Amino acid sequence: MDLTFTPEEQRFREEVRAFLESSLPAAMRHKVLEGLHVPPADTLEWQRTLHRHGWGGPNWPVEFGGTGWDPVRQFIFEEECAAAGTPRLLPFGLKMVGPVIMRFGNAAQHRRFLPRILSGEDWWCQGYSEPEAGSDLASLRTRADRNGDHYVVNGQKTWITLAQHADWIFCLVRTDWSGKSQAGISFLLIDMRTPGVTVRPITMLDGGHEVNEVWFEDVRVPVENLVGEENKGWTYAKFLLGHERANIAGIGTSKRELERLRRIASVEWKHGRPLVEDPMFAARLAQVEIDLMALEITNLRVLSAEAEKRAPGPEASLLKIKGTEIQQALSELMVQAVGPYALPFRIEALEGGFQGDLVGPEYAAPLAATYCNMRKASIYGGSNEIQKNIITQMILGL
Amino acid sequence: MHFNLTDEQGALRDMVQRFLAQEYAFDARGKILRSADGWSREIWAKLGEMGLLALQVPEEHGGMAPASVETMLTMTAMGKALVVEPYLSSAILGTALVRSLGSKAQREELLPAMAEGTRIAAPAHGEAGARYDLSRVATSARRGGAGFTLDGRKAVVLHASAADLLLVTARTSGEVDDERGISLFAVPRDSPGVKLIAYPTIDGQRGADVTLSGVLLPEGALLGPEGGAFPALSAAWDLGVAALCAEAVGVLQATLDATTEYTRTRKQFGVPIARFQALQHRMADMLMHVEQARSMSYLSWMYASSEDGRERRRRLSAAKVTVGQACRFVGQQAVQLHGGMGVTDELAVSHCFKRLMAIEMSLGDTEHHLERFITESK
Repeated sequence: MDLTFTPEEQRFREEVRAFLESSLPAAMRHKVLEGLHVPPADTLEWQRTLHRHGWGGPNWPVEFGGTGWDPVRQFIFEEECAAAGTPRLLPFGLKMVGPVIMRFGNAAQHRRFLPRILSGEDWWCQGYSEPEAGSDLASLRTRADRNGDHYVVNGQKTWITLAQHADWIFCLVRTDWSGKSQAGISFLLIDMRTPGVTVRPITMLDGGHEVNEVWFEDVRVPVENLVGEENKGWTYAKFLLGHERANIAGIGTSKRELERLRRIASVEWKHGRPLVEDPMFAARLAQVEIDLMALEITNLRVLSAEAEKRAPGPEASLLKIKGTEIQQALSELMVQAVGPYALPFRIEALEGGFQGDLVGPEYAAPLAATYCNMRKASIYGGSNEIQKNIITQMILGL
Repeated sequence: MHFNLTDEQGALRDMVQRFLAQEYAFDARGKILRSADGWSREIWAKLGEMGLLALQVPEEHGGMAPASVETMLTMTAMGKALVVEPYLSSAILGTALVRSLGSKAQREELLPAMAEGTRIAAPAHGEAGARYDLSRVATSARRGGAGFTLDGRKAVVLHASAADLLLVTARTSGEVDDERGISLFAVPRDSPGVKLIAYPTIDGQRGADVTLSGVLLPEGALLGPEGGAFPALSAAWDLGVAALCAEAVGVLQATLDATTEYTRTRKQFGVPIARFQALQHRMADMLMHVEQARSMSYLSWMYASSEDGRERRRRLSAAKVTVGQACRFVGQQAVQLHGGMGVTDELAVSHCFKRLMAIEMSLGDTEHHLERFITESK
């Protein structure tokens, strides 16, 4: 047992840090660190920068153009990226559909789709949830009917994150209605420009346009866009969830946000002294910091099991629950830290380079929106209650 | 970065677990608790034979220190079996104090015997009104004649009756809560002027309040520099915190296991109560507490012997907070999910509950360590 990073891992961390220092544009970094809106152009530019450096696929094996890093190196990379304030890489291609195509797709699909994810040419989105299929995902009803060498897709997907920018959507669709609900699902790749695909925005509680409804009306999808076998989609979806959750604790980002909270609480005042010295606030801050410290070790335990080729298992559910609880606690404490100046809400002030009159401290502007936005964390990716079901069934065996 | 055990460590853990499974089952433990002494010299001797009392003894005195992982594994196994012998008092705290403060002669006299199990040395430090303030010592030691005279009262000294030797902190100079001025003395328990009011503690262990009235000690009873015991005391207490964290992990896991097992077999409304989602989610919450506590037990042993005192205190306090909160939650919920059976003496779960309660309150409770974490983070 050794909880320290090896000299090689330390050197790797230095290498990542040096690269980020020289390659991350200051304007991009500012937006991320201050919690401002990060436009899609920044996300894509950063993906391309990494790709040029050979780091476009931090979690991908070398044979598909990835870095081949082990889970510990991936963790270090994500931690350094978070600390430096890089835009978050899009998970839909890199962490979701990419690994599914690698594992279950054919050689033609490998050649066609994977390089364009790494290069940032294709923006993917995830078509899972439906209005009547949320936590009970397997009850989905979007249908794909085989017609010659095409599937004809009809139905509605919802909560599709950033679909308004997407070139492609990977969808779970129903291809068989006869057996158990999990048994008739297929995994289909659909070009967003296909006639019959409609994207409608959903405005969220923070005023942001992050998610959408996507409608399919007689959308013709070539059969070569089916991944793996027909009616085996549920298996692929479960495989994907394992990958999606591997870094779901968000340790690096929460460490960065904790420091931001500490900075804010050092310059906010209560009873004539810095808020950070107020015993009640200090206790809440310390509690989050301690929870995060424990979760980091728990995360490393899961990663080291993964490094020994044990697939990310139900422990990932624990990381998801505790990780999102910490993210939400941090966003809540930031709002509390600025007091009444959390309330003024001007969407334009959430953009980098806002030139209008400021009310309150500059750091206060996005905090309420972030707090509201972060309520999603315990709902998405399998709600935290669903995660508890997984823990009960898969770990406790109840 | 890895969490694997060496073959030797795995073998040690298996040996301790096997021994306790054979000799320390719930009924056997019950007999030990009801005996006059409240602990077993036989078990103690066997722990000595297996080398477990030597884990924190330096190599030059025949031990294995630092042996962090080995000690952690041993404590976790002992937690699982709810061992009541004076391991924390003598093999951890007492040993740590003697090895860091004792002269070569004192170490040679005490450590090999403590490692064998033939001598037991328990710290007598806490005082009424001091709560968990480590530096608050009112017991006095005055120089005179050929040595020292001790006067004062020590509160809730664990395993005092089991010990041959009490390692008593007393003030040789300074104000009542100064860190400087605290000295450590090896006081034979049967010294004239030493009086014990002995009692069982809520978790089935034994303790005593110790009154020291004009206890005369020779010069050689002083361990370490006069007035300079505090740094060693603080380090020993942190090692003790790590030991408690590891022990807690064993108790917590046993408590969770007992609860899942019970809910699988107990039927109400025609089904095992484990089918009810309200109970399932409670047990998922318990599991998360257990795993976070386990992570912090690992972390605590990484820092338990750290030279950087500030970082050591900060990390150990973080660990004790996480573990203490797990002790509260898991203990209370385990009793709740056992229903009426949980509040009887018959099942292991109530014994686990009481040990978890005691661990949370030992060597600084959750509030104390949250406060210390904040102080050391500034």
